[in-house]
Amino acid sequence: MGKTLAEKIWAEHVVRQANGEPDLIYIDLHLIHEVTSPQAFDGLRLAGRRVRRPDLTIATEDHNVPTLNIDKPIADPVSKLQVDTLRANCAEFGIRIHSLGDKDQGVVHVVGPQLGITQPGMTIVCGDSHTSTHGAFGALAFGIGTSEVEHVLATQTLPLQRPKTMAINVEGTLKPGVTSKDIILAIIAKIGTGGGQGYVIEYRGSAIRALSMESRMTVCNMSIEAGARAGLIAPDQTTFDYIKGKPHAPEDFDAAVEYWKTLFTDTDAKFDAEVNLNADELEPFVTWGTNPGQGLPLNAVVPNPADFADSEQRTAAERALVYMGLEAGTPLKKIAIDTVFLGSCTNGRIEDLRAAAEILKGKKIASTLRMLVVPGSARVRLEAEAEGLDKVFLDAGAEWRNAGCSMCLGMNPDQLAVGERSASTSNRNFEGRQGKGGRTHLVSPLVAAATALRGTLSSPADL
Amino acid sequence: MEKFITHVGTGVPLRRSNVDTDQIIPAVYLKRVTRSGFEDGLFAAWRNDPEFVLNQPQFKGATVLVAGADFGTGSSREHAVWALQNYGFKVVISSRFADIFRGNSLKGGLLTIILEQAEVEAMWEAIEAAPATPITINLEERTVSYAGKSLPFAIDDYTRWRLMEGLDDIGLTLKQTDFIDSFEKKRPAYKPATLPIRS
Repeated sequence: MGKTLAEKIWAEHVVRQANGEPDLIYIDLHLIHEVTSPQAFDGLRLAGRRVRRPDLTIATEDHNVPTLNIDKPIADPVSKLQVDTLRANCAEFGIRIHSLGDKDQGVVHVVGPQLGITQPGMTIVCGDSHTSTHGAFGALAFGIGTSEVEHVLATQTLPLQRPKTMAINVEGTLKPGVTSKDIILAIIAKIGTGGGQGYVIEYRGSAIRALSMESRMTVCNMSIEAGARAGLIAPDQTTFDYIKGKPHAPEDFDAAVEYWKTLFTDTDAKFDAEVNLNADELEPFVTWGTNPGQGLPLNAVVPNPADFADSEQRTAAERALVYMGLEAGTPLKKIAIDTVFLGSCTNGRIEDLRAAAEILKGKKIASTLRMLVVPGSARVRLEAEAEGLDKVFLDAGAEWRNAGCSMCLGMNPDQLAVGERSASTSNRNFEGRQGKGGRTHLVSPLVAAATALRGTLSSPADL
Repeated sequence: MEKFITHVGTGVPLRRSNVDTDQIIPAVYLKRVTRSGFEDGLFAAWRNDPEFVLNQPQFKGATVLVAGADFGTGSSREHAVWALQNYGFKVVISSRFADIFRGNSLKGGLLTIILEQAEVEAMWEAIEAAPATPITINLEERTVSYAGKSLPFAIDDYTRWRLMEGLDDIGLTLKQTDFIDSFEKKRPAYKPATLPIRS
């Protein structure tokens, strides 16, 4: 029997296999940031261990960093200590780091692909659950905890139980105004936040093949929101073209492409589970609740908890509506928004900024809200400025910030106030995620831009 | 890591599903560079509510958290495990755990046990009716016992052995260095490296 793509990559990275033990898997690339690494480096020091492969490791500063006044010392002393600790650790252990002010500083999952060090067939880990983003290149990429960060630093391997495989087939053609963000929000609404648990998802089908690399990253990015540690897409010409010319693209590019072309699921391979989604029917999607599975098409109304057959879902919906301050039956498009956040590892790449700018061009955002535009990396920011997108955002009345995770998780000063409501292109609408008491609606960059203009949740078609 | 063979303690019923790691410990509490002191951030938003279960005196000192389905979803932050441990929890029981959280917990010695949802609900009722009910977790026999009931749970042999011996993974893997060395010799040259820097 043939193998799935995930099984092929797994097999190529088995260092040691023994009965009754997890497989020892080799890690091709380890990405590091300031929040989940300090305790790992401490562990190394305590045990007198070295970093085995600094040349397969790269660090950047993203979670904590301010997006304003980046030329000044970080104002929050605790954030500053964490960033300084990362810099000191990288210096001590010989690890490449892109610090605030460097053109390759930015959200770790934007930085890897833009440098061309994210490539097909690799195993990639990072102490961040959105590492699944890199799966868009046909890599097996997943988030790990700090103990595992330490393990990879010391050994360049991880002991792992082999995951099950799930195919999600998305066939058809997206309507104008519908994006890859809507695909993944619809998938999570369909299978639930636990639906992918224990699986690696492979996204397949004509609608996936038609997506750009950056749109594919958006899909894979949110695999974890469906419970799957990793999600991937078989590499194709779109992938090869994207990598070509990037700083770390293979020197012998043709030889690499030959290998990359072997990275697909065999026709006789069998997945442990399959899910189908029709792209023709998809509409712009938005979340109404406090987990990413609580989403609906934008034309729908806030659901009535009583309509949920499952008691656990009913209780969760009741709690979510209280937290979100919403009434069942309210049209989603009537919901007024206070803050629009465009950015994050989900939707902070140049294509996302271009798509939003296209809608905002020559117009003004509603006077009732603020809009933060936070490029995913300093390089994305420079690219956007070269194209004049910064001017479009500023002229529309939005704020143009420096790169980082920013309001996606509110570890830096970019936070929602209590009761403040956002339309956010990020990945999690958990209670308090964007600031204590803040209320989050997850949307695509197109919906974010249209919402910014109208003041209520809107799609470009409403303009 | 401390060895885990058996544990006896009282329980806390956390009647919520989809308890994500942002709820277990919000991001603003993740700025420490040590592994201790995270108990302040545990369920920080919910603990402002005097009615919240951890604030109720009858559950004070409990070491077994009994939670709804899909516990530990979201962020990979191991701080969630540390916060639970720093607060005093030794065991978390749920009908389903998110993968990364489960991996983190079992690496760090916080035992996460999967029971059927109906069993979780029965435990909630028993604990609420009699908060002092002792709960015994026997990892060697893979059982959870309380109020005259004994429930089996599944955990793979390798993880169980590692927890019972209190072994850390890095030490075990470093014994396999020869395998890593020979794997590296066969790694293809076209695989990228981060050094030397190319721009």
